[in-house]
Amino acid sequence: MNLELRTLMQLIDEGLRANLPKFWAVAIECLSVGLALLAGYAVLAMLLIYVERKVCAWFQVRIGPNRVGPFGIFQTVADTLKMLLKEVIPINHVDRFLFYTAPFVVIAASMLTFAALPFAKGIQAIDFNIGVFYIMAISSISILGILLAGWSSNNKFSMIGAMRSGAQMISYELSVGLSLLAIVMLSGTMQLSTLVEQQADLWFIFQGHVPAFIAFVIYLIAGHAETNRGPFDLPEAESELTAGFHTEYSGIHFGFFYLAEYLNMFIIAGIAATVFLGGWQPLHIPGLDGFNYVMDFIPSFIWFLAKVFFLIFLSLWVRWTFPRLRIDQLLHLEWKYLMPLSLLNILIMAVLVVMGWHF
Amino acid sequence: MEITSSQAAFAVLAAIIVICSVLSVTTKRILRSATYLMFVLFASAGIYLLLNYHFLAAVQAAIYAGGILILLIFSIFLTSRPGEKLIHIAASQRVMSALAALFGFAICTFVIVRSGLKIAASASGKIDMHVIGHALMGSEKFQYLLPFEAISILLLASIIGGILIARKR
Repeated sequence: MNLELRTLMQLIDEGLRANLPKFWAVAIECLSVGLALLAGYAVLAMLLIYVERKVCAWFQVRIGPNRVGPFGIFQTVADTLKMLLKEVIPINHVDRFLFYTAPFVVIAASMLTFAALPFAKGIQAIDFNIGVFYIMAISSISILGILLAGWSSNNKFSMIGAMRSGAQMISYELSVGLSLLAIVMLSGTMQLSTLVEQQADLWFIFQGHVPAFIAFVIYLIAGHAETNRGPFDLPEAESELTAGFHTEYSGIHFGFFYLAEYLNMFIIAGIAATVFLGGWQPLHIPGLDGFNYVMDFIPSFIWFLAKVFFLIFLSLWVRWTFPRLRIDQLLHLEWKYLMPLSLLNILIMAVLVVMGWHF
Repeated sequence: MEITSSQAAFAVLAAIIVICSVLSVTTKRILRSATYLMFVLFASAGIYLLLNYHFLAAVQAAIYAGGILILLIFSIFLTSRPGEKLIHIAASQRVMSALAALFGFAICTFVIVRSGLKIAASASGKIDMHVIGHALMGSEKFQYLLPFEAISILLLASIIGGILIARKR
């Protein structure tokens, strides 16, 4: 019994190719991959919003959503319907074109990064040989959307939020890139599928032991800051700036920002899982063949999602544990501690790789 | 004539580049023209993807769209009243800029026609990341980019030094 998603995909592929000309088979496959990604994006967002509300309720010793459906599982479905039906309120004296373009820029950047994640064995829509670099490049675009949104809202709070967000995301992108670079040095490849394959025997966080672990921690901190979530949520600090760059947005446009925020959390966790924790590879310990054999029975997409949700749980935990930073503390943390540390870490990793001290 | 899918994609990208380039110089609001420039940069990244130059496409997105354009938008924010319509431009300036544009067009046309309008088949296969890495760091023929990068760091250091000296407290 093979539970992998790839067998299903192969069945669909063979069925289409047997019954249709090649062009139409490819066209239908491309379309269905796109639709599947969009659907997965929306469903994951709803799931993440539910998880966040439930987990943060537990942290605050509350019950959380519990009215709609058993344990409130249909609460986010109801919220999504409400969001879709809401009116888009026109704002006076704004640059219409920029105001309505900005949410699409943010969501397009998030969607393009999402499509590059290797979800399971053989399930990856975009797989370039520069995978890690592609992710870094595309995810930096969302800053543009946030800046445009903040400025075109014609609102001082939004503008301050957008500027803070721009400064924060540009700064922390450096640490994210440098910590991923440490693992790229260890593996010698940037292609995400190859990165995952190389971790079949041992995950990179164990292969590169000390520097890989430092890189993992730096990545988690910097990635968490990139998602603009607490304790780094000062771009949208609700008690100071009402809601920052998306204050003036309503209806589906607000929904886009909301969706992108939650999915960025998933994407950051997904990249961390792929690069450090072996992606969809099961937990293998060299020498324990029986254990490895049993672990292989768990389908790869379950491994991936389990790792991602574990990392998301960590980020929620951090969110409800630490108070919000000030903007100067935020920039100090990045430029005076994280970035020098990640540069030093790259040096340690280089020594490790050259001397062959890794596993 | 049969149109292949890559030709169709090229036509769409080229149309986006042409339309958005024209819009970015004709629009009256400066932030809008930065946004149109963003579309131009992305469409050119798309053309690199079409040519299988994945690395160059990612560089285009990271450096131009993610770096220079954000710098541009930040500097527009620092100018006074970025949202207002630009003032009318004098006729002499218009003539000069039209001449400059025509001159640039002439140079490009000259170069393209002189090279004989050879339609090169797009390079087959992707360039491996290792090849680019060796070209960047190597010291043999056609592999000497590291000193160039080192000079750019020197330039950065001298810019920072210049700011420090020029800044008055």
